[in-house]
Amino acid sequence: MDAPRKLKVATTSLAGCFGCHMSFLDIDERLFTLLEHIEFDRSPLTDIKHVSPGTDIGIIEGGLCNAENVHVLREFRQNCRILIAIGACAVNGGLPAQRNHLPLPVILEEVYHTSPGLANGLIPNDPELPLPLNKVHPIHEVVKIDYFIPGCPPSGDAIWKVLTDLLAGREPELGHGLMHYD
Amino acid sequence: MSQSFVLDGKGIPFEDGQTILQAAGNAGVFIPHLCFHPEFKPHGSCKLCTVKVNGRHTASCTMRAMPGMVVESNTEELNGERRALTQMLFVEGNHFCPSCEKSGNCQLQATAYHLGMMSPHFDHFFPNRAVDASHPEFLLDFNRCILCSLCVRASRDVDGKNVFALSGRGIKTHLIVNAKSGRLADTDFSLADKAASVCPVGVILRKRQGFAVPIGERRFDKAPIEASAKEA
Ligand code: SF4
Ligand code: SF4
Ligand code: FES
Repeated sequence: MDAPRKLKVATTSLAGCFGCHMSFLDIDERLFTLLEHIEFDRSPLTDIKHVSPGTDIGIIEGGLCNAENVHVLREFRQNCRILIAIGACAVNGGLPAQRNHLPLPVILEEVYHTSPGLANGLIPNDPELPLPLNKVHPIHEVVKIDYFIPGCPPSGDAIWKVLTDLLAGREPELGHGLMHYD
Repeated sequence: MSQSFVLDGKGIPFEDGQTILQAAGNAGVFIPHLCFHPEFKPHGSCKLCTVKVNGRHTASCTMRAMPGMVVESNTEELNGERRALTQMLFVEGNHFCPSCEKSGNCQLQATAYHLGMMSPHFDHFFPNRAVDASHPEFLLDFNRCILCSLCVRASRDVDGKNVFALSGRGIKTHLIVNAKSGRLADTDFSLADKAASVCPVGVILRKRQGFAVPIGERRFDKAPIEASAKEA
C-alpha cells in the first residue's frame, strides 16, 4: 500500500515579528519527524509566493495592520482546509495593536515628521506600499479561524502538541504548562 | 450529623451561613470566580461562579448552601458560559498579557487557562483608557480593569479611605479615583493599604517591581488556578 499522502502546510507572518516561526523551528529535530507527514507550500521556509489550492493546513502568525495582510489572509482562507492562528498578535492583535488608541495620522506624523532627528521627513507614499489599516485587528475578526495557539511566542512544545494532535486526528488541546498568553 | 448538598454528584458538607462557593472550596472543589475574595463580602457581579441549583442558574458566591440542594458546576454548558464571560472581559479591555506585569499571577488569565479559552472569540473594543502614573509608588493601568470592585471594597471597608469607586452604568461602568483631580497622587493611598494588594488583575501595580520574578516562574505557571480551590 502507498504511504499516506503528505499533508500540505502553508505558513506566513503578517503583522508579526517572525518570533512564532522561530519558535516553530524550536521543535528542533522533531522537524524531521514532521517532514515525514507534511510538506511545505507557501512559507518563508520555501519562498513559494502563493498558497496552492487544496492546502491542508495554513498557519498564520501576526495580526492585520495593512491591506496586504488582509489579502494574504484571505488567500490562505480560500485555499486551506484548516487555518491556525499562532501567537498573541494573530490571536488578539498583540504588540502592534497597542497603537490602536492613537489615530493613524498622529502616528505617521510622529514617526516621519516630528520625532527628534528627522529632517524634512516624508510620509512614504510609494504606490507599492500597502496602506495601513486604521486599527490593527486579530485575524479571527476577518476570516474564520479553526484553531488558536496563544503565546508570545507559543513554545515549540505547544506548537508540536497542536500539530501532532491534528495529524493524529485528535482535537488539539494544550494543558497547563503549554497554555500561555505570555 | 452535619448537613450537606450535592455538587456534581459529590456530597459537600457545609456549615450554616456558608455559600456554595465557600463550602465547595473547603471541600477542595474549585468553582471559577473573579469578584469573590474570601476576606470580603461577596459582590455577585462577575457571574463567573454561576452554577445551577436544582436546575436554575445562580451565583454560587452569594447563594447560601442548603441541605439537599442539587448543584451542577463543572459541566460543558456552564464552563462554556463562563468562557464566553471571560472572553467578553478580555475584549472589553486591553489585555496584552506579554507586556503585563501581572502575567502569570493574574486571576483572569489563569481562569481563562482553566476554561480552555484559546481565543477572545468576539471583536475587540480596543478602548482608549489613559494610565495614571501620578503616584510615586503605584501605577494604575485601567486598560485591564474587570470592575470586580475588590479595590473599592478593600479601600472603603478595610483601609477606611474610599480611594476607589465604580462610576457610570452598564457598558459605561468604569473605575475612578476619588480625588478632585481624579489622580491617585492626590489621595492618601499608600503601600500598606489592603487595596494596594487586592487587585486580581494588572491594574494596581507597584512601581519598580517589574519582572522581579521572571515570566514562567510565577504563581500560575507553577500550578493551575484550580489547585487553589481551598483558598476560596
Ligand atoms: S491583567 Fe491578566 S489578562 Fe489582562 S493583560 Fe494582564 S495578565 Fe493578561
Ligand atoms: S482595579 Fe482591580 S481590584 Fe479594582 S475593580 Fe479593577 S480589577 Fe477589580
Ligand atoms: S465570583 Fe460570584 S459573581 Fe463574581
